[in-house]
Amino acid sequence: MKAAEAYNITHRYGKVTALDDISFTVGDGELFGFIGPDGAGKTTLFRIAATLIIPSGGRMTLFGLNTVSRYRELRNVIGYMPGRFSLYQDLTVEENLNFFATIFGTTLKENYNLIEPIYRHIEPYKKRLAGKLSGGMKQKLALSCALIHRPKILILDEPTTGVDAVSRTEFWEMLAGLKSEGITIIVSTPYMDEALRCDRIALIQSGRILGIDTPDNIRHSYGQKLYAVSHPDKYKLLITLRSHLSAENTEPGALRPEPFGDSVHVTLPEGIKPEQVITALAASGLTGATITEIVPGIEDVFLELMKRTQ
Amino acid sequence: MEREKVIEVEGLVKKFGSFVANDHLTFDVFRGEIFGFLGANGAGKTTAIRILCGLSRPTSGKVIVAGIDANRPEEIKKRIGYMSQRFSLYDDLTVRENIELYGGIYGMTMKEIRPRTEELLNRLIFSQYGNTLIGSLPLGIKQKLAFAVAVFHDPEIVFLDEPTSGVDPITRRQFWEMIYETAARDITVFVTTHYMDEAEYCDRVTIMNEGRIVALDTPSALREKYDSSSIEELFVKIARPKTETA
Repeated sequence: MKAAEAYNITHRYGKVTALDDISFTVGDGELFGFIGPDGAGKTTLFRIAATLIIPSGGRMTLFGLNTVSRYRELRNVIGYMPGRFSLYQDLTVEENLNFFATIFGTTLKENYNLIEPIYRHIEPYKKRLAGKLSGGMKQKLALSCALIHRPKILILDEPTTGVDAVSRTEFWEMLAGLKSEGITIIVSTPYMDEALRCDRIALIQSGRILGIDTPDNIRHSYGQKLYAVSHPDKYKLLITLRSHLSAENTEPGALRPEPFGDSVHVTLPEGIKPEQVITALAASGLTGATITEIVPGIEDVFLELMKRTQ
Repeated sequence: MEREKVIEVEGLVKKFGSFVANDHLTFDVFRGEIFGFLGANGAGKTTAIRILCGLSRPTSGKVIVAGIDANRPEEIKKRIGYMSQRFSLYDDLTVRENIELYGGIYGMTMKEIRPRTEELLNRLIFSQYGNTLIGSLPLGIKQKLAFAVAVFHDPEIVFLDEPTSGVDPITRRQFWEMIYETAARDITVFVTTHYMDEAEYCDRVTIMNEGRIVALDTPSALREKYDSSSIEELFVKIARPKTETA
């Protein structure tokens, strides 16, 4: 049975359409990521999945149970971690855990082995008030609380937002551990590189899904050959590439050069060879630039899809 | 030619009780440079930025920002711009009103403010929004506008605290182009980010860990030194705290 199935989910807040005809399925035991910026609709979608709001249109099931009519049963099998830290700041770490355990009719002891890999990081601070924890520790406590009743599915709304790269790496390692316990995980993130940690991903923007597939297939769905051009003068490189390639780039299919950290990613119009770009750059005073064909990243694809749908 | 320093920090220490948040920081930032300031949560970045912005005083050490000693914070504040992800502009004022308000706060006269406001509002990305309330703008436009306002009074340095958090990939790139333009105007850009690929846009990058600077160099020199293919890879290598603290 599928862990989650969504059919034509639409959600409106007054005149604002937050979700526009969203459909997807998540397999049992899958680690499924929603990748997209703020305002894409991720939080609304996750609140619907967590049985907290009723969609304006469409329906969703988790393990075959409708999120609206069967919410009472579902809440026993869902572990939900909202985007904003929502534990009791004036209870200690341990009190928060015991509180959530009691609500679900269980104890910390009973499921200790499940949360142990996460909880051990914060256990030395179990007498500390939750409100006094650092960002990374709050995140671990919130995940521990979401797991306390051994849910079948975890719904994690932007668990790594605002968290540094070290803690983010640790967090994804913990999720991989939970997946190996057979727990289905639906997670959202604005960090495109984190997509590679998921079994499958949905790219989401302005309430719509731009694409769903494995990270590898998404990367290979990029329509054209992609090149990375590098030169130490990054700003001049970008401006020069734009002025050279944008004139030819008016036909559909060719994309605007975009900065990607240490290089500029470009697609070339038909008939233009990579060497010609280097020659043109040298003629504009950028000698010693390099160009290499690369495998597109998730963010390249996201940019391409955004431009095509705009 | 010796490059002009706009920030000079030597042996900066900041303590809160017995906790050492900044432990002998020493670094310089040059005029027109894009300077990335990275570190794990709790590494001491915010403490250092607050001192550089004149919001907090060092316990000891020398800190000079735009030629002014950190013990004269009011003078520093006039010469810098600041933008954070959290607070940027007033939601219940229009775009034009926000610009005028900030210009006024930074001591500009209406005579200076008016033509610059028109110039700003004539830029393609803001042209249709002059009389729109900030609260109703899309996030991406809001962030770009907040940046434009932070450099409106031509500060010597602009501090950007996680300016691109949560914005879409197109806006993120437009934002970095604005940073490049600003640096080309000889305004120094001091920026923090959790997107490790963005560190690559910087001229030089500092990485803090547990109150100290553990690395400071150009992105390519750092990658080479730590034998890493990306800043993310070396960040995870060197920015991991040995002990987890609150």
